[in-house]
Amino acid sequence: MADAPHTVDPKSSPEIASDGFSEIMELQMGPSHPATHGTIKFNLRLDGETIVGCETEIGYLHRGFEKMCEQGTWTQCIPYTDRLNYASPIINNFIFVEAAERLLAITPPERCSYIRVLLSELSRIGDHLTCLGMGAAEMGAVTVGFFMNEARELIYNLMQAATGARLTVSHGRIGGLARDLPEDFEQQARAAMAKTQETLDDCERLLERNRIFIDRMAGIAVLTPERAISLGLTGPMLRSTGVKRDLRKDEPYMVYDRFDFEVPVGTKGDNFDRFSVRFEEMRQSMRIVDQAFKSMPEGPVSIDDPTIVLPQKKDVYENIEGLMAHFKLVIEGIRVPVGEVYFAGEGGNGEVGFYLVSDGSGRPFRVRVRPPCFYGMSAVSEMVTGHAIADLVATFGMVNMIGGECDR
Amino acid sequence: MEIAEQIAAAVPAAVPTQSECPSGTVVVVAPDAIADVLRFLRDDPELSYNALSDLTAVDQREREGCFYVVYILLSHSRNARLIVKARIAQAPNDDATPSLPTATGLWQAANWAEREVWDMFGIKFDGHPGLSRILMYEEFVGHPLRKDYPVGKRQPLVEERDPIADPWPSRDGR
Repeated sequence: MADAPHTVDPKSSPEIASDGFSEIMELQMGPSHPATHGTIKFNLRLDGETIVGCETEIGYLHRGFEKMCEQGTWTQCIPYTDRLNYASPIINNFIFVEAAERLLAITPPERCSYIRVLLSELSRIGDHLTCLGMGAAEMGAVTVGFFMNEARELIYNLMQAATGARLTVSHGRIGGLARDLPEDFEQQARAAMAKTQETLDDCERLLERNRIFIDRMAGIAVLTPERAISLGLTGPMLRSTGVKRDLRKDEPYMVYDRFDFEVPVGTKGDNFDRFSVRFEEMRQSMRIVDQAFKSMPEGPVSIDDPTIVLPQKKDVYENIEGLMAHFKLVIEGIRVPVGEVYFAGEGGNGEVGFYLVSDGSGRPFRVRVRPPCFYGMSAVSEMVTGHAIADLVATFGMVNMIGGECDR
Repeated sequence: MEIAEQIAAAVPAAVPTQSECPSGTVVVVAPDAIADVLRFLRDDPELSYNALSDLTAVDQREREGCFYVVYILLSHSRNARLIVKARIAQAPNDDATPSLPTATGLWQAANWAEREVWDMFGIKFDGHPGLSRILMYEEFVGHPLRKDYPVGKRQPLVEERDPIADPWPSRDGR
């Protein structure tokens, strides 16, 4: 190291490691690293295998989401919101339209809210399957990774049946939904849920007494509740520390207050708790899916207001009112009254919030999304300091950073 | 007592004005007093806004002649939210970099959020432990979420190649 001065920062060197003989090593992990699924860079300072300093660099996937949203109409923002999160796109979709509906002071029909809850919960299961499957595979439990990916495939098929796309769903509309559920959706979903249930039981048996897995997860990257709140953590990361806060319970939106489900919390705030909380949440989401099918009302899925919801194609082609409404909505956009709103819902990773500002025109003046994993990633450096470099991979997996959402 | 009156009583320099939006109460305060206001809202035992949900900014120079820095606060014990906005007056064509005191001493969450506001809006936070760009790269010039930053402007780090005018040569050299 000493004869290669360009590799050592002159301010920090020479720094002697704890054994008294070697120097602190600087290692750049990423931005394209096989163990970090997502483009992100960790600038590590290592004492042997122990991390003594970690600086997280994000922004590699920045696409200017917020700037682009200001360019088009409110409806044109909806496809951008799917692309934020590839693991649970439909949740971001619905939270955005819910926020815009609050600015417009409209309430979607009951059936629409039930379908939103149903699809959100299916998507949450898919999100957690992605996170936990990848996380377990990185710990060496590749079987669990494959099992969970298989179950996630079933969820994607359901999404395709309901929305027409596996990932780029764009299913929410301000004031309703793009379309109703297909006829045999309940049957398909119940079959998929039964299979997913089996998968979860299998995975639990594979992991619950797996010495390697538990040793790699338990007691690693511990956070206290106070620290987690100060860092702005939400969702499973906050609940793993024992704070029972779930926006579906605490600030009920859509029709979540009509469902009976538990909010699982952890006790220690380590990686194992983050894993367990997500695992249990999937079972709770299945309960919500089951109840949603049982209590789903009949009726329209969109409100009846031609200044907000696009008319049926038949009306556009056959009468002048339909054609005018279509034209005005497409060219001018939905006229959202002047104002601002912050609306947050429970995404896969935590609080997904939209802060919207409208100037009364058909285009949003400002769209700000609060990405839960942005705050999660800001916590990684303090979570991993003092642990081995291999623990960084496990910790990063349990933060479940989604590049599209973190970097926007 | 209204929240604006409580703030005015605790921090007279804040001159708070209160309004309602669909998601609750919004309080606009003077930028110089924002640090004291936030500290009061966090530490007051009755209000106890113990978490910073989000921190962002809005460029309203065209219509209102100011930047707003928006703090979305949350109280876990009361399950209540509050939007606090610091109004920084600035003329539409003025591209100066205004500054605010940092909130990193109150909430760790403000660290990256303030870096993002600096990156995107060019608003400095005095006392921040390491205010640098977070989403854009170091070499980037300007602040893209300001309304006067052109949406189509490109600042590539390596020279861009037009694949139509200048295609890669094919394997057989044609």
